[in-house]
This record gives sequence, structure tokens and C-alpha cells, in this order.
Amino acid sequence: MEGGYLVQIIQLLLFLILFPLISAIVLLFAGKSFDTSWIVKISALGIGAVSLYLLAVGFDKGLITYAVSSGPVDLVMIIIELVIAVYLLYLGIRHKKYSAVILVLVQAALILWFEMTYGRHIELSYNLFFDQLSIIMALIVGIIGSLICVYSLGYMETYHQHHPEIKDRRRMFFFLLFAFLSAMFGLVFSNNLVWILFFWEITTFCSFVLIGYSQTEEATNNAFLALSMNLLGGVAFAAALIYIAAMDPSGRLLELNTLIHSGYVFAIIPAVLISFAGLTKAAQLPFSSWLLGAMVAPTPVSALLHSSTMVKAGVYIILRFAPVLTGTTEGLMIALVGGITFLLASCMAISQSNAKRVLAYSTIGNLGLIVACAGVGTYNLMWVAILLMIFHAVAKSLLFLCVGTVENRIGSRDIEDMGGLIERMPKLAVMMFIGMAGMFLAPFGMIISKWAAIEAFITAPFGLVFIVILAFGGSASLFFWCKWMGKIISVMRHQENLETGIRPEKWAVLYILTGLVVIVALIFPLISSALIEPFVMQIYGETTRLAQANITIMLLMLGLLIIMPFSMLFTGKAPRMAPPYMGGMTTEGGMKYTGSMGISHDLVLSNYYLKNYFGEEKLFMTGTLVCWGLILIALIMIVGVIL
Amino acid sequence: MTYLAKSPWIIHYDASSCNGCDIEVLAALTPVYDVERFGIVNTGNPKHADVFLVTGSVNEQNREILKNTYDQMADPKVVVAIGICAASGGIFRECYNVMGGIDKVIPVDVFVPGCAARPEAIIDGVVKALGILEAKRQAMNDRPAATRKPAGDSV
Amino acid sequence: MIPEPYEAIVKAIIYLLLAPVLGGLIAGIDRKVTARMQGRVGPPLLQPFYDVGKFFEKENLVVTTTQNFYALSYLVFMAVAGALFFSGGDMLLVIFAFTLSHIFLVLGAYAAFSPYSHIGAERELIQIIAYEPMIILTAVGMYMVTKSFYVGSIVQSTTPIILYLPGVFIGYLIVLTIKLRKSPFDLSTSHHAHQEIVKGVTTDFAGPNLGRIEIAHWYEYVFLLGVVYLFFAWNPFIAIAAIIIAYFLEILIDNTTSRVKWQMTLRSAWLVAGTLGVINLGVLYYLRMVVVP
Ligand code: SF4
Repeated sequence: MEGGYLVQIIQLLLFLILFPLISAIVLLFAGKSFDTSWIVKISALGIGAVSLYLLAVGFDKGLITYAVSSGPVDLVMIIIELVIAVYLLYLGIRHKKYSAVILVLVQAALILWFEMTYGRHIELSYNLFFDQLSIIMALIVGIIGSLICVYSLGYMETYHQHHPEIKDRRRMFFFLLFAFLSAMFGLVFSNNLVWILFFWEITTFCSFVLIGYSQTEEATNNAFLALSMNLLGGVAFAAALIYIAAMDPSGRLLELNTLIHSGYVFAIIPAVLISFAGLTKAAQLPFSSWLLGAMVAPTPVSALLHSSTMVKAGVYIILRFAPVLTGTTEGLMIALVGGITFLLASCMAISQSNAKRVLAYSTIGNLGLIVACAGVGTYNLMWVAILLMIFHAVAKSLLFLCVGTVENRIGSRDIEDMGGLIERMPKLAVMMFIGMAGMFLAPFGMIISKWAAIEAFITAPFGLVFIVILAFGGSASLFFWCKWMGKIISVMRHQENLETGIRPEKWAVLYILTGLVVIVALIFPLISSALIEPFVMQIYGETTRLAQANITIMLLMLGLLIIMPFSMLFTGKAPRMAPPYMGGMTTEGGMKYTGSMGISHDLVLSNYYLKNYFGEEKLFMTGTLVCWGLILIALIMIVGVIL
Repeated sequence: MTYLAKSPWIIHYDASSCNGCDIEVLAALTPVYDVERFGIVNTGNPKHADVFLVTGSVNEQNREILKNTYDQMADPKVVVAIGICAASGGIFRECYNVMGGIDKVIPVDVFVPGCAARPEAIIDGVVKALGILEAKRQAMNDRPAATRKPAGDSV
Repeated sequence: MIPEPYEAIVKAIIYLLLAPVLGGLIAGIDRKVTARMQGRVGPPLLQPFYDVGKFFEKENLVVTTTQNFYALSYLVFMAVAGALFFSGGDMLLVIFAFTLSHIFLVLGAYAAFSPYSHIGAERELIQIIAYEPMIILTAVGMYMVTKSFYVGSIVQSTTPIILYLPGVFIGYLIVLTIKLRKSPFDLSTSHHAHQEIVKGVTTDFAGPNLGRIEIAHWYEYVFLLGVVYLFFAWNPFIAIAAIIIAYFLEILIDNTTSRVKWQMTLRSAWLVAGTLGVINLGVLYYLRMVVVP
């Protein structure tokens, strides 16, 4: 009986890592005549269902480590890494991207050095592991990731109809999506840091190709930008491995779960190096430009990379090291990078009118908040960080997909063009509304986390700094969300409905995600007590939660919010419609007004962007400088520790 | 007595007045007369107003505006035409572009004569209008909502 | 006696019933005092009630029917925020509910697709981001002094909170000017800004909807002054005197200053929160958390 579930869980873990890979390969080689959409749907269903099943069997099991013999696997990984390196070198030289070339070389050299000197002698016993954080990540990747894959089916078809100039490489596209999912599962289930690095590099590579999908010059440049920045993190990661192996020839400390319990003196150096890698992957400030650039990719890619998987890998790894970072100055520096990123990204989002850029900045900001929590790393902040990660993944993926759908229909991703969406695409507008509410309105997810974060920071060392950052950054994010919301719900009459011709599977995905935003807000106490609290308990020996009375009040508020729209059915007095007031010059029901010489003009309203205050250039420069400074301090400090 | 009469908010529109009557309307709103004693507030917004004060006559340029502004006031509402121009066109009656008094475009409830009308007369006119406002409110309540026809729906 | 668990509910109900009365009276006194300052007699004390009564006698005139929903939500969540506050709830939760209700007002203005409402909405948003940090810092300051976010515990604390949070209190008074929609910060809607943006955020609300918004303002007044009370909670008499003085000061400022631009509003509010608030909290944090943990 005892061993039964152990075997079952390891089977599930292996399934989740290998099944997407198999689907990916099938999709790549399926014959032209074969309808691949069924493979995508069935695979997605399988991945989602197994993730849920994993939750069902594993939520109460705590930390489990697995002995998997690694010999042949290691060899395969090295070969794949080298093949990828050679391919990247070839592309880098062809496109004259020499910084990327150098980074590829440095990293390949480091990995080879590691393998030649240390790797051969190290045989780790526990390569895979599994705990509640893994389940949470697996659910995010497995459910949201696979939903995005299904959504991509319809999106890519329309995408290619709209962009006939772009070469149709959809086989490649779906291959990469599923390979990506497989790598993400590998990353979250690996206990062996060498394996984690391997999966880490796979995600970097997949994102590189996906960002450059359209093969335009801009896309290629941005893909290389993303590649270089992520490789920089990869180099730091590889350096951490070499350090660990050099210090501990037995290699036992290459296991994540032993490393984080090995004490400050030893663990802080790899912790900082790997957190640095995490910062690059999570697009924190000196490295934020890659995520912004990545918005040239087809929207499902943005959704996949930036809401649920790739960037989450960055914060995931920092979260894993939070117990090491807590209470250290290095940890504080990393937290400050996150905090400043949150503040500045939220401010910069105010000045953006491109919907995807707003989403990108908001993503960067929220990841910053998670990094800040993880860097300070006390037990209650760990709880907040995980909660933030869940809420963010759900709401943000919904928003990306909504923007993608709108863009498909109206041909623009500019917020100014989304005026009156509530009339033109009512269902989508409501979904977007719910997604945005999920991002900043009480009593939905993100605000719960923000609240918990304030309460947690107040007892943490230097917490006041972060509270101030939260107070200002939070207000800024309120501004840009609300004006966007205002844009889509403004009622412009006499608009035609554009909501036709959206494929049913797209609708299905959007409905499910919208449902998830609401459900997650409703059942978060359950998520907390079943998954997050045991996890935090197991790491820190103590845990936290929101007070029961407050949870009740939040749920009541949520209920109130859900029933409020029905009040529209019971208006006391029959309303009379009149056009908006425009000094008496209104014509055509408020959509036009009469100007001088009796000429009628369209009424056009634009939002404030406050460029002089929240302009991108200034803030971005400041943030880059400050955050580099902070990172340098952290790096110098660990050099000090080595010496 | 209902609340309506205790809180008549006004909006003032200058159709094509010579500004003589406007000055007097504004004079009535100054602290000297302190009409806020009676709950009167100058809103400048038809949607918030109950009493529509119009000075000057109607011409081709402002006919639509007058009509729009009137339509955007919530029922019950009253219109007070101030000055002889607003009543009949006054000395501008014969101008090529003048249509005449404002009752050519919107229903008027009280005419305040004078060229220019005196502030006391204007206040008196508004007070008269309040009685009419009250009567309109009762009429509105007596009518069942379903059969009520909007006064001027332009949508 | 009322059993413990129901006490909060009873308090919330008392607030829900009495706050509009009190808020309306405050608004009436405000208008009266303002009139006296301008050498006028002013309206009757109960004028705000007449006004709101009138709004409900009028026709429900809308640009879009969704406005009904937004105005009602504004009122409901404002009442919820205040009820949570007076029943002793968590300050941060109160602030979030408070913000939520304002978002509904802003959305209602956006929904109308009207130039004046639109500018009002944008300005209202700027006001929200101007005051929100300071209000959050106020809650945090209260926590630092009393070790609790619960209004119920803060109000029972015997510490004179004001002595620990003078900077935060001044900061709060300044954002209170924004919140009470008083000059010089009456950007988004005011009793005076007729020419420029008509009535800003409320321009396209009429009749009953305007009445709901006005009642929400009353709830809001009582809640905001309740926060002033907390600073002096150790002595109710001083607290009430402080509320009266604070409100009188607000009226005085209203009548003696002219309106500033949004840039100035945002800058001054953030500057105050960033200096007075943060320095005050910083010192306190150092003393409370570092020196005597
Ligand atoms: S009535 Fe006399 S004062 Fe009034 S607008 Fe006409 S001309 Fe001017």
C-alpha cells in the first residue's frame, strides 16, 4: 500500500514529461494529409487530465524524491544541448548576432567543462522530486498551457490568412509548443540541478524559435535579444553548477532539496547565481526588454511564454531558493530588483496604448512582485508569492487570449481601437472585463495577494520599503487597468457585432479560462489549505493564511459582485435614453456633434497616457541602472563570500 | 410640498440674447439675492437641472441646441422664457434669421417679460414655475410608466 | 447585551442606517458654513436631503442602462466598505472595498461615452492614484502603533496614535481634501467646475442615479471622518473635536484656494505620501521593529 502511490506518482511525472514530447514529435512528422488538430486536442486533454489526476493523488503526500538512473539520460541531454548549441551558432553567425554567438560558446564551454571534470564522476541518486509546489506548477502548465495550445489551432489559421507573406510553419510551431510543455514539466519535477539546467535551456531555445516565428527582421532581432538575455542567465546557472561540483565532489548538493538545506555559507553562492538566471528568465528590469520584444510573436506564444510557463520558470526557481535567500543581504538585493521592477513596470504601463505591451509590462511588474516576495523569503511571503503566481497565470493568460481574439477580428491591438467593444463583441468584452478584474479589483485574486503581501512585509526585515513600493505601484496599476476597462465598456451605439466567425474551440478555451478566474478566486482558501500551506509548512516549519472572517467577507463581496449585474433586470423606473451632454451640439444619438459651419464630426475620445510623467524611456533607463547596481552588489557580495 | 420644489436646480441657456437678460439672470444668482436659500443651484448641466432658463430668441443656429438641451433634461422639468426676446423675438423679431420666441421650438411654462427682465421678476418667474413643476410631477406619477411617452427621444 | 458574534453585524447595520443621515447633515452643515464664509445666508440645513429626495422624484434618464448598474454598485460597495470599517473589520480590506466602489463610479462615467464624463473619469482615476498610497500608508501606520489592522482593535488601543503618526495624519488630511472633492483638488467633479468640464464624472448621471451617487458620498464622508477618529481614538472627546476642526479646516481651504491642475494634484499627493508619510513610518519602523522588536 505504502509504495503503491509512489510508483503511481512517478509514472504520472514521467508521463507528463514524456507525453507532450511524444505528441510534439508526432505533430512534427505527421503526414500532410493527416488532420493534426485532433492530435493537439487529444494531447492537450491528456495533459490537462493527468495534471488534475496528479493533484488528486499527490496533494497530501509532501516531498517525495525519486531515484531514477541518470546515466543514459545524461548522455542524451548533453547531446541535445550540443546540437542546439551548434544550431544556435549557425543561426547567430548567419544573422551576425555575435553577442549571442559568444554567449552560446561560453555556455557550451562551461557545460562541457562541467561534464568533463565533474559530471562523469557524479551519479545522483534522486533526480526527480515532487511536492505541492510542483503540483501547482504542473497544474498551471498542464491546464493553462494545454488550453493555450488548443486555442492556437484556431488562432494560427486566422493568423496565416491575415499574413499571407509569413511562411506557414505550423508543424514546427506545434512541435515547439508541446516540446516547451514537456520541458516545463521536466523543470518543475527535476531535483537534479543539471537536469533543471537542461530543461531551462530547452525553454530558452523554444522561446527563441517561437518569438522569431514570423521571420521578419524585427522578429528575428527580438528573438536574438531574448536568446542573449536568457543565455546570460544560463551562463550564471552553469557557473553555479561548476561551483557546487567543485566544492562538493560527491555531487550530493547538486540535488535541489539537499542544496537548499545546506546552510547559508555554501548555498548562498549558487542561490544568487541561479536567482540571477531566474531574473533574466522572469524578465526583471535590466532584462525586461526581451519580454517586450517578444510581443511580436503570435499572441498564443505570448500567452504561453508570459503568463503560464517560461517566465514562471524564472520565479519558480527563485522561489525554490527563497529559504536560502531569506534574511540575507543578497536576498534583499534580489527582492529590491523585483520591487523596483514592479513599481516602474506598473508606471510604464500607464504610458502604453498597445494592449500587448500593457500586458507585457503588467506581467513584468507582477513577476517583480513575486520576486520581491521570494527574495525577502519569509514564510508568509512565500505563501503570498505562490498565490500571486496562480492568480496571475490564470488571469493573464485569459487576457492575452482575449486580446489575440480581438486583434484577429478588428485588426488592431491598440487599446484606443477597442472603444465600445461591449457593443461590438459583447461576450469577449465581458471576458476581458473579468480578466482585468482578476488582475486588480477586490475581491479577485491579485488584490488578495497584494493585501496579504502588505500584511506579510510589515513583519519582514526592511519590509517598509516594499510596502511603500506596493502602495505606489499598486495604485499605478489600478490606473492603467481601469482606463482600459473604461475603454471597452463605453457604450457607443450603432455598432455592428463582430463576434461572428470565432471558432468554437477558441470559445471553449476562453470560457474555461474565464471560469477559472472566477473559480480560483472562489476556492483560493481551499488551494491555500490543501497545497500552499503544507508546502510552506514543510519548508519553514510554520505557515500562514488569511483570517477566516476576512475570507468570509471576501467571498460575500465576490458573491455580491456576481449578483450585482442582475440588478439591471429590476430597474425601478423605466429608463429613458438620451444622448450624452455635449453642450447641446450632439447629433446622431451622441456619436457625432455639430462643429463650426454646421459640419458634423465624429466624437472621438482618447485616454490619458501621461507620457511626461510615466514615459517609457526615462523610467526604463533609471530602472535598468538601479537594478544593475543592485545585482552587482549581490554579485560582489558572493565574490566576497568565496574569498 | 415635495422635494422637487425645495430643490430646483437651474440651467441657463443664452439663445441669441443681447446679453442684457443674461446679466440679469446672473445678477439673480449672485450672493445679493442668495437663491441657494431656496435650494436653487445653477448647474450648467441639463441632466441635473429641473428648470430651464432661456434668454433671447431662437434662430437657425441655436434651434437644434435648444431642442437638444431640453431633451436632455429629466422629467419633470419646466422652461422659463426670460425677456421679451425669448417670448416673441422682441426687437429682433423681424431679423432675417430669427424664428421668434423659444416656444417655436420647445414648450414654455412661464414667460418673464421685460427688456431686460429684472432679477426680482426672474426669481418670481422661477417661483411660479415651481408650482407648475409640482403639477407636472403629479401628472407624471399618475400616468402608468408603460404608457408614458418620452418627451423627446432622439435616440 | 448583544452576544459577541452579532455585535459586528449590529454595528454594521447601525452604520448602514445612520451614516446617510449623519453624512447628509455634514453635507448640509458644509453648505451652510460655506455660505456664511461667503457672506450669504445659505440653504436650509436639510437641503442635501431635499436634493436627494428630488433626484428620486425625477425620471431615470440615462445614456446607457448600464449606468444604473454602475451607480448602484458604487453605492453598495461604498456602504460595504463603511460597514466593514464600523464593524471593526480589517483596514486593508476596507480600503480595497472603498477603491472598488470608486472604480464603479469611474466605469459608469466611461460607459456613457461622453466627453465631459470621460475627462471626469480620467481625472477621477488620477485622484484615486493620488490618494491611494497615502491611505494605505495610514493603515500601515496604524498597524505599526497598535499591532493590528483591525479597526476594532485600533479603536480600543489606549495609545494616543496621533503622537506616533503626526506626519501620516497631515498626509491624510491632504488626501482628505481630494476625497471630499474640495478645492484645490476638486478636479473630477465639484460644486464649482461648471464651465470647464460641466460636472465631470457625474455629468451624464441624472435623476435616481445621481441620488445614489450622492448617498454614496454621504457614506463616504462618515467613513473618511471615521478614519480621523482613529488617530485620536484613545479619547473620544478629543477625537470628535479633532473631526470638527479637521472638517472646518477642509471647508476653509475649499473657500480660500483655487483649483490646481491634475499634475499638481498628483505630484503634491505623492510627494506628501512619499515624504511625510514615509519618513514618519520609517522612524516608527526603526523604533518599533529594529530598536525594540
Ligand atoms: S429682452 Fe431686451 S435685454 Fe433681454 S435679450 Fe432681448 S433685447 Fe436683450
